[in-house]
Parts: sequence; C-alpha cells; structure tokens
Amino acid sequence: MAYVAVKGGEAAIAAAHAWLARVRRGDGAGPGIDAAQIARQLGRAVDRVMAEGALHDRELAAMAILQAQGDLIEAAFLLRAYRTTLPRLIDSEPIDTGLMLTQRRISAIFKDLPGGQRLGPTTDYTHRLLDFAPPEPSPPIEASPDAEPVPMPRATDLLGAEALIEPDPASAGEPGDLTMRPLAFPAARDQRLQALARGDEGFLLALGYSTQRGYGHTHPFVGELRMGEVAISIVPPELGFAIEIGDVVLTECQMVNQFAGSKTAPPQFTRGYGLCFGHADRKAMAMALVDRAMRAGELGEAIAAPAQNVEFVLSHCDNIEATGFVEHLKLPHHVDFQSELETIRAMRAEAMASGPERDDAGV
Amino acid sequence: MLDDAAAAPDRATAALGARPAWLGVLARSDHAHIQTHLSGLPALPDFTHLRRPETGMAMVRGRIGGGGAAFNLGEITIARCSIRDAAGLVGHGYALGRDLAQVELIARLDAALQNPDWHDCLIADVVNPLADLIAARRAATEAQAQATEVQFFTLATMR
Repeated sequence: MAYVAVKGGEAAIAAAHAWLARVRRGDGAGPGIDAAQIARQLGRAVDRVMAEGALHDRELAAMAILQAQGDLIEAAFLLRAYRTTLPRLIDSEPIDTGLMLTQRRISAIFKDLPGGQRLGPTTDYTHRLLDFAPPEPSPPIEASPDAEPVPMPRATDLLGAEALIEPDPASAGEPGDLTMRPLAFPAARDQRLQALARGDEGFLLALGYSTQRGYGHTHPFVGELRMGEVAISIVPPELGFAIEIGDVVLTECQMVNQFAGSKTAPPQFTRGYGLCFGHADRKAMAMALVDRAMRAGELGEAIAAPAQNVEFVLSHCDNIEATGFVEHLKLPHHVDFQSELETIRAMRAEAMASGPERDDAGV
Repeated sequence: MLDDAAAAPDRATAALGARPAWLGVLARSDHAHIQTHLSGLPALPDFTHLRRPETGMAMVRGRIGGGGAAFNLGEITIARCSIRDAAGLVGHGYALGRDLAQVELIARLDAALQNPDWHDCLIADVVNPLADLIAARRAATEAQAQATEVQFFTLATMR
C-alpha cells in the first residue's frame, strides 16, 4: 500500500495551543493561582501526582497540576516525563516506617495497642457536606514540652510475636527496578509493589473493591494504617556512612487477611502491604488489597478473579501507559481506515452478488 | 537523676558534633534559615568545587510488610555538591529537593565543621539553633497528633 503524504494543520495546531494557553489562565477577571498555593492547599492532589508520576517533588507536582489544568493523569504524565531528564544519583537505604513521626495511626483489629490510635488530619468522621465557607488560615500550634514522639510498633509485629501472622518476607538481594528493567512475568513481589505504588489509584480502588465483592475475596482487616514523616537515608560512597537527607510523608497500610496453613505449618493470618507517597489512605488500602489478592498462587488459592491475575493487574495499572494507548486512537488513522472501508465495500459487494436468498420486494 | 538532667544538654551537643548528625540537621534546614544563623559569623573559608551543585534523583526504598525484603517505592529529587576549602578540607552537601544554593552551603559548612578552628562555634551558632527549629516543628506536629488520639472507654453494664 502506498502512503499518502498529508500536510497541513500547523496553523490549526498553533491556534489550538494559543486557545489552550488562554483557557489555562482564564480571561484575567479573577486572580491567578500559583504552584505554591497548589502545593499548600491541594496537598492530596499533589500526593497523587507524585505517586503516579513516580517522582516525589511537591513543587514540580504542583507546577504540573497547574499546567494540566487540574487533570491529574496529565500532570502525572508531565512529572514522569520530567524525571527522564534527571540522573539517578543513588538508592536510599530502606526506610523504617516503625520510626515514622506518626501523624495518623489507626487499627481496625486492636482497640488498645502500644502507642495508641490517633486520627490525624483526616476527613473520616466529618459530615462530608459541602462547606460554603472558605478555609481560614490557622494560627501556629504551640508545642507542649511533653510532646515527645511515642514509639509505635507496627500492629503486625504484635501479632507476629505470637506467630499468628506470617512474617515479613526475608531479604532477597537487590530489588528489581521497573525504571531500569521493564516489567516481565512472573513478577516478584518487590516488582509488583513498585508497579502498584505508581499505579492508578482509581484502577487499584476498583480492583480492591472487586475483591471485597467476591472476585477473589481475601477477608481483609485493616491491621494498621499509618501516615507521617519518615527519614530518607543514603550512604554516599564518598562518605561511606549513612546520612539523613530529609523527611517525606508516606502512608502505609498493613492489611491482615484470612488464613493459610499446611500440613507442616499451622494456620496463620496472611498479609497484604501498601505504601505510597503522601497522605493517601485510599491508595495505600487499595494497594494492600490488590497485593494480597495477587499472592493467591503463592498461597495455594484458585486464581479466578481479575485482581488475582498478576499479569492483568500489572499490565494495566499504569495510567501513563494506559492513557497513551487509549488516547493515541485520537491521532489520524485515515489510511488505516481507508483500507477498512475498501475491505468492507468488497465484502458487501460480494455478499450482495452471491446472496443466497434475495428478498428485494418489488423487483 | 540530677546528674543525668545536668548532663543532657552536653550529650545533645556532643551528638550534634558528629558528622552524620550535622549533615542531617543541615539537610532539613532551608538555605535562608542557614544563612540567617551564619550572618553574625566571619565569612566561611574560600573553596573550590570538587563537584558542582547538581540535581538528580534518589530511589526511595521501602520494605515489604514494613520490615521485610526491600522494594523500590519511587524516586525523589535530591541535590548535592562537594567542595574543598582553603584549609584543604573536603565537604559534601546532600539534601532532598532541588536547592543548589542550599547544598553548596551545606558542603562548605561540612568542611568548616571538620576544622577545629570552626567546629565549636558553628555547632553552637548554626547547627544547634537549626536543630532546635527542627525539634520544635516535630514537637508541634506531635502535639497536634497526640490531640487526635482516641481515648476509648468502656461502658459498664449490669449484665
């Protein structure tokens, strides 16, 4: 087939971009917003863009949200594209969520647990009615001198002490890295968690929900959900010892699920794990549900539901890939479609000519 | 008991006198705050770059289940810089984010803090007050968090 060179559209594209630029800022009737305001007041959107863009940088994520007119998938795309311009300098030491400066920590399985339960800045227990009053600035908090951070062991470690729950999986050398080596199957749990951590929140939410509705049910309980600042530590080769280079807010979910056991091992609770950038209860919980569902094969459960199918979940959870492939359908397919037209005309002509029972009334 | 209480500030100072501790404090302090505490001091030694300030990324690693095998969570922007100062001391600056001026200043301070002529005054006038700011910020967060702690109580029943 010959390709037909088609030119044109440059002027239309330029005009479309100019219109987009005008729409982004509006007609100037009201004050504009800047990225700093987005970082300050739209923190959950910033968290989501950092998670799905797979790059933690509040300023850059806020800039991306502003540029994308609040389209969070577009913003995540911009962030993911920007990260390709930055060199990878170092891998952090694995963070210790047990040492988190915990703003929020709840458990649905233990009422009293060491360190207590704290709600943090949550929307839980609000009336969730649209509030017509704009948020007011609040005065700084006076720290009480006895506000010493309390040690908070992970709830799963409490169950672990009695061996009622499966232990954390043992270290297995260098973890796989999807940014260096594309996803391949079978995917180990470290690769799965990396993919889920940057996976689309809506997709993971729907899959997690599907497991609750019976498609791969795992009888989950929130063993613990915690959110707060965790220190990032690196060992620069020129120093040769660990230094902390700052703190980031993370949300961690420990999902406790029904039992597995065997002839040789007594029954134990099983676990799903969720960890993500920012304050994101829903994302961390959905991730933990899907992580557990994808362990069906390892735990000897039937693999029947979508959430249990590792290849299905991981191949479709990345919204940057998904939006690329879905939205590419907008691009000109004129020549492809021309060939389809020719094919269907030929098929129809053939069918008309040799149709078995013509039933043309009046002929 | 009294001895312990009296010794506590000295121990805190001694802890901040270690290189990982001062690097941790400086990494958590923004450029303007560090500059503020340097303003009353003589100028830091001249320096040459060993590695010019640059931005890049670190891969943040988590552990499966919180304490198990490592996995890659996602990347984070970092900045770094290395210098050698006029006294021949090498300093390194690392911090989260993309503030090149901050990490250059950290590297200069890291070199000066290794210099006995500078160490005590920089710890006292720069590192200690910055550590206090960080501690105050953490205490304010902790106070708010503690205020949201749930106090469960159980109702007595006749049954």
